[in-house]
Amino acid sequence: MARSAAALLSGLVLAGCAAPKTGSVVLLPERDGRATAVTIQQGGKEALLSQPYAAAHLTASGPQTYASSALEVQGYFAAALAAQPAAPMQFTLYFVEGKDELTEESRRLVDNVFAEIARRPVPDVVVIGHTDRVGSDAFNDTLSRQRAEVVRKALLARAIAPDKVTAIGRGKREPIVPTADGVAEPRNRRVEIQVR
Amino acid sequence: MDKLWLGVAMLVGLAAPAWADVGQVKVVKGQVSIERKGQRLPAQVGMTLESADVLRTGADGAIGIAMRDDSRLSAGPNSVFALERFEFDATTSKGRFDSQLQRGTLAVVSGRIAKQSPQDMSVRTPTAVLGVRGTEFVVAVDE
Repeated sequence: MARSAAALLSGLVLAGCAAPKTGSVVLLPERDGRATAVTIQQGGKEALLSQPYAAAHLTASGPQTYASSALEVQGYFAAALAAQPAAPMQFTLYFVEGKDELTEESRRLVDNVFAEIARRPVPDVVVIGHTDRVGSDAFNDTLSRQRAEVVRKALLARAIAPDKVTAIGRGKREPIVPTADGVAEPRNRRVEIQVR
Repeated sequence: MDKLWLGVAMLVGLAAPAWADVGQVKVVKGQVSIERKGQRLPAQVGMTLESADVLRTGADGAIGIAMRDDSRLSAGPNSVFALERFEFDATTSKGRFDSQLQRGTLAVVSGRIAKQSPQDMSVRTPTAVLGVRGTEFVVAVDE
């Protein structure tokens, strides 16, 4: 499969122009439809790939653009694409006011977080605790750390290795919903969990 | 007061995970080695990466890595891929990521460095420089 795609790619070059190619670049579609582009500078010439499967052969006379396809990419890049690590995921869990106790709804989500970590062969997990803006900096620094630690312990209790999970507290410095100091805001009483 | 606040922010920063490394090997298939400071190490899942590491895959090999800025790169068989420079500040998302595919195939999903500032990430081949304005693309360098 890979070989036939390689033959196809070189066939395209032979059919297209005389300069031998030294490589190829293909822009892939964006999963959520965002704008995407890659620029290529070669031998003083520049090409812009800005549509899904827009492609260029790299040649001695500069980039030669052409239209590639999902089929060609799957054929030629199958092994590289199959080795792609899982995308990072982020979860947010919420807490009861002034406490390191998860809300009932968030308590049920811990299983989802655990499942996402468990399916990765070498997970990196960072747990970041936050508070709303009620109380002093010192109080909220401690509370945010306690919240992160509660989540960390819940993950360790499900047999995730301690060295894979880091817990840190950011206090009230990074509210999701900006408020005046002293305002109770449930959406700011949270722990963010980054799973890589 | 401002100074005190800064002091606290720095302390909290210090408590963040100390990724002295620039990324981690997440996937290994077949024969893959990592050249580091003149040594050739067999690549293993979970290994941490350093700036200037060179990844080499055999005829049956493939490797997938995740960098600290959440960019993900994976190389297919018979590839040589060099991490030339990686710097990243997790708080500001600013940094610099330059790499070179010398041979083989590479799939790239760019991360926070390119999102923050597209000109701060480049992928080179022996003859071309690719600038990353969006996130996913593949590159091949023929022998």
